[in-house]
Amino acid sequence: MRITVDPARCVGAGQCVLTAPDLFDQDDDGLVTVLDPAAGAPAVAAREAAALCPSGAISVAAD
Amino acid sequence: MSTGADARTTAPQCPVAFPLRRPGRPFPPPEYATYRGGTGLVRSELPSGPVWLVTRHEDVRAVLTDPRISADPSKPGFPKAGRTGGAPSQYEVPGWFVAMDPPEHGRFRKTLIPEFTVRKVRELRPVIQQIVDERIDAMLAAGTSADLIESFALPVPSLVISSLLGVPKADRDFFEGRTRVLVRLSSTDEERDKAAQALLRYLGRLIQIKQRRPGDDLISRLIAAGTLSRQELSGVSMLLLIAGHETTANNIGLGVVQLLTNPQWIGDDRIVEELLRYYSVADLVAFRVAVEDVEIGGQLIRAGEGIVPLIAAANHDDTAFAAPSEFDPERSARSHVAFGYGVHQCLGQNLVREEMDIAYRTLFARIPSLTLAVPVAELPLKYDGVLFGLHELPVTWK
Ligand code: HEM
Ligand code: SF4
Repeated sequence: MRITVDPARCVGAGQCVLTAPDLFDQDDDGLVTVLDPAAGAPAVAAREAAALCPSGAISVAAD
Repeated sequence: MSTGADARTTAPQCPVAFPLRRPGRPFPPPEYATYRGGTGLVRSELPSGPVWLVTRHEDVRAVLTDPRISADPSKPGFPKAGRTGGAPSQYEVPGWFVAMDPPEHGRFRKTLIPEFTVRKVRELRPVIQQIVDERIDAMLAAGTSADLIESFALPVPSLVISSLLGVPKADRDFFEGRTRVLVRLSSTDEERDKAAQALLRYLGRLIQIKQRRPGDDLISRLIAAGTLSRQELSGVSMLLLIAGHETTANNIGLGVVQLLTNPQWIGDDRIVEELLRYYSVADLVAFRVAVEDVEIGGQLIRAGEGIVPLIAAANHDDTAFAAPSEFDPERSARSHVAFGYGVHQCLGQNLVREEMDIAYRTLFARIPSLTLAVPVAELPLKYDGVLFGLHELPVTWK
């Protein structure tokens, strides 16, 4: 699973952090960062975060 | 507004009245389901001209994320439904970024985001807890009955925001009193304008003071960031206050009724998301206009046509939520659009989640004997406002 985020699109709503706190965080500017892209986190949580993100800032691709 | 809407139902060129009348229960109007199951989008008529009402979850999300659709009320064809709650006219308030499009919108939003991250809002828990506790202390000290809207649901969010902004404790009553005028049904438009102007003037003075003597608060940090002018700062502060006041208060009130009638959910934090979805208090808030031709849900919307995404209709779409008219905190409700969607999705949403959770927990822990003073069916519901909620919530305790 590969997670890519686009902080330029992020509107800081924090849906990703609420959904998958092991995968996503908000940096000092409140914008999305991926905590550990390589970690074997459940793909379903990543996909849910991508679906909930209001600004389309998260994409998840299968390896 | 409702008599005008009734008159319009009979006009042949406008098949659907707006806003639709809610039935005697706190659910979306039954017509929403009819439109969702039909063409999804239906034509309606507002004082400003014809609009498209959008009812499907998928289509509402599409409207709120399409760059060809604008949130700027100065664009030709933008829907105007008459009085918009306590909001001053957007044109007159610099920094009113809910009514701006990217990229201008982004300059404001980006400046504010660090103040409302999940982490930052969690740090506010003790502040919210103290405000909630003080309101309950005051209620308990005053007797064994109260209007929970007046003495709890309205003051809590206003006090939370004023504390966040850095309004000194001594001024909180002034601040709360003026915000109260903005949401009170019996206020005249004149009184509302006066209160809004008084608040803007007050915020302007507060910002001047904080420019000289910064504190540990949102306004001081925004001044330090240096990206907004003083007028923009007042506008932004006012927006935070207005956007987060009655919305949150109505959710607190409706949630208390839901918990009093379904006490098995007291103490369960899953209720918050489901309450947001179920009541969708901001049903009529996210107005838009197409600035280019755009197709939504198979319907061509022409440039200059107004669009009203109905948030409650989307949140009761059975293709997105099974058995949507059941209140079921065990469902996964997070994909609701109670906070909108796209770049304008509610900036204060994580603050709301904390406020609602702390409000319910504390209220029922400290006043376990809380009961309704009137039957549920007699509670006065706001069928007539932009936001859905309760006018009054009479309660008693032992
Ligand atoms: C239950 C309570 C609330 C509900 C249901 C709610 C709902 C909404 C909705 C639907 C929007 C989108 C409007 C649009 O797209 O045109 C919005 C935007 C906004 N809300 Fe909330 N809101 C709530 C509480 C709050 C609170 C507590 C605050 C602030 C502290 C707040 C601040 C804002 C701001 C600043 C915006 C504009 C964001 C932007 O344009 O980027 N809201 N809210
Ligand atoms: S959900 Fe999307 S917009 Fe919100 S913080 Fe995460 S990436 Fe940003």
